[in-house]
Amino acid sequence: MFSVLEKLFRTGCLTEDLPPAGEESAELTAACRQEITRVFGRSMAIRMVDAGSCNGCELEMHALNNCFNDIERFGLHFVASPRHADLLLVTGPVSRHMQDALKRTYDATPDPKLVIAMGDCAADGGEFGVSYASVGAVSNVIPVDLVIPGCPPTPVRLLQAITTLLGRCPQAGKTNEAR
Amino acid sequence: MISQADLGWQSLSPDTATLVQLFGEAGIVVREEFTGESAIAGAVHLIDIENGDWGRAAEVAAAKRVRWSAVWGEHVPPRIDVFALLACRNGHLLLRTHLRETGGSLPSQTPFYPGADRPERTVADMLGVVFTGHPDGRRWLRHQAWTENQFPLRKEFPLAGTPTPATPPDCLYPFREVSGDGVYEIPVGPVHAGIIEPGHFRFQAMGEDILSLEEHLGYVHKGIEKVAEGRDVWGLARLAGRVSGDSTVTHCWAACQASEAALGVGVPKRAAFIRAILAERERIANHLGDIGACCNDVGFAFAHAQCARLRELWQRDNRLLFGHRLLMDVVIPGGVRRDLDRAGIDLLREANTRLSAEVGEILPLLYEYPSLQDRLRTTGELTPKQARALGALGYVARASGECWDLRRDAPYAPYDGMVVTVPHCLEGDASGRVRVRGDEILVSLDLLEELLNKLPPGEIAATLPTTHAECRGIGLVEGWRGETVAYVHLDGAGRVARYFPRDPSWLNWPTLEAMIHGVIVPDFPLCNKSVNGSYSGHDL
Repeated sequence: MFSVLEKLFRTGCLTEDLPPAGEESAELTAACRQEITRVFGRSMAIRMVDAGSCNGCELEMHALNNCFNDIERFGLHFVASPRHADLLLVTGPVSRHMQDALKRTYDATPDPKLVIAMGDCAADGGEFGVSYASVGAVSNVIPVDLVIPGCPPTPVRLLQAITTLLGRCPQAGKTNEAR
Repeated sequence: MISQADLGWQSLSPDTATLVQLFGEAGIVVREEFTGESAIAGAVHLIDIENGDWGRAAEVAAAKRVRWSAVWGEHVPPRIDVFALLACRNGHLLLRTHLRETGGSLPSQTPFYPGADRPERTVADMLGVVFTGHPDGRRWLRHQAWTENQFPLRKEFPLAGTPTPATPPDCLYPFREVSGDGVYEIPVGPVHAGIIEPGHFRFQAMGEDILSLEEHLGYVHKGIEKVAEGRDVWGLARLAGRVSGDSTVTHCWAACQASEAALGVGVPKRAAFIRAILAERERIANHLGDIGACCNDVGFAFAHAQCARLRELWQRDNRLLFGHRLLMDVVIPGGVRRDLDRAGIDLLREANTRLSAEVGEILPLLYEYPSLQDRLRTTGELTPKQARALGALGYVARASGECWDLRRDAPYAPYDGMVVTVPHCLEGDASGRVRVRGDEILVSLDLLEELLNKLPPGEIAATLPTTHAECRGIGLVEGWRGETVAYVHLDGAGRVARYFPRDPSWLNWPTLEAMIHGVIVPDFPLCNKSVNGSYSGHDL
């Protein structure tokens, strides 16, 4: 017990402004918080869906939760069910075997909702393209609000992208009408 | 040094030449010594046997405690070649047989090697090979994206296939049923609760205790083997690096090793060293992340936070020196893309020193922390006998006394010039798997130190021949999950005719089903994480 406490004390708080270099960091933090507050109140719940990824994107998604990136300070947090989610973060080319599961997850997410296609595969099928086994881009299956390219995108880029999305997001009530 | 006792099971198995002799004594007709097109380059001993002897060969090998490693097929019209890889004391024996493309069947090896169950069903799904005497006639990787009479890896099957606009869900997969008073079923997935890949788990439970678990995988099947066809070796390396993103160095190295063997290209010494540096860094990154995640699954957030911190620092150095946080696309055919200069070597040395100090502090704490170990010990026990029967690999096997490691047992450059210690234990529980992985971090840090100290000067990539004949090769690499296989067949124009990657997860997924009996439902995530099979690497 004491060794744990001692280690915690010595480690201290390592959370960094984002992105790590330059003046953008403070701006991002403020912008991020502002937009999320405007659209989703003080928090936004993210449900990730791996629709066929190689697991590379998932590793970087995990990194959002580490002490340097600490995604929760922005009021963004990952949830266990699409029923609790405001945002679907989807990875992978959509495999045909996951096509229906992705659609159902989307349908199970309450409105208003947003969808981010994360990574090159989610953007356009990436290395795997469209085939007997792959439907390719996420937008071939569900409406996508933002695409974040990269193989995989870095955690910082991911955080930046969420503000971009929120910046051009319509008022909460109009999200569905737009579709 | 490793003693014979440490080697355990595999020290009792025969060498490849003896096994071939035993086949002969059992009446199996063996053809050896191949040239040209029919040869397969790489660290394997290739033999051809008759269709009818396929099962008998497995029976002879299993009786001699030879480990079963992989099965795959290749459509070479008008025939289908089927391969099975066996691991002997001194290396691998590759069995091959030739089948007619229509109506061909083979005696199943599954009755002698349970680990062959799903791989054989997959060969049936993808190529239409019938395995007679297989105990389970169900499909495996095929859901609803193609029909029973279509075989995606046949040459006449187009990459685009003939899919319907919306592929229906695979609701009719016939799961095993358990009945009885108070038994209930819990379906989980394919979309899980955490940040994790998709798959389906079907639990039969009584109260909190799990009676049985059945996995249903294949959800992230994205046609990797088919997509590889027609690519050049560079495109193949990029694809191999995305078979399983957490093992990008491993799969890429295995595919490049196979291509290089096929083409007869020698990799410069410096490139081999840098590949090993990348592979050890990948091993450490994954072990760090997963040790933290295992602890997190029983609510010990301290370890999760600390390990995630160390992993992030490690990944940042990856990006700084090799241009990618996960080390994708650094291994290329013929060598590596990035060299290390003096400053880079110094930076890696410092990273080693820092991490050594950190894990030297954190790991002993985890190994002894009572409330953590109370949850990890005796949870998800895989006995040595089960591990052996299923052909478990990597840390899953080594935590159950099955001490295989290609870096030591069938070393390839640069490990052939190094002494690799292989941590192992007999407990076979989640605690054992965490400890073996922690100890492997320490070993990898030592190996990294040695690799950096002895990094030879010279080129970092060999030139590949522009013209060559049709050729085939095998790659064998010990990734962080365990033995990883790649088979590559290049046509005369330098295009891939067949790529088969065998992730260790194929052999480790069934161990999860074996270890779960009697475990309480809330401990399933821990057991799953402590095995950490790749979904993508398995589903292809």
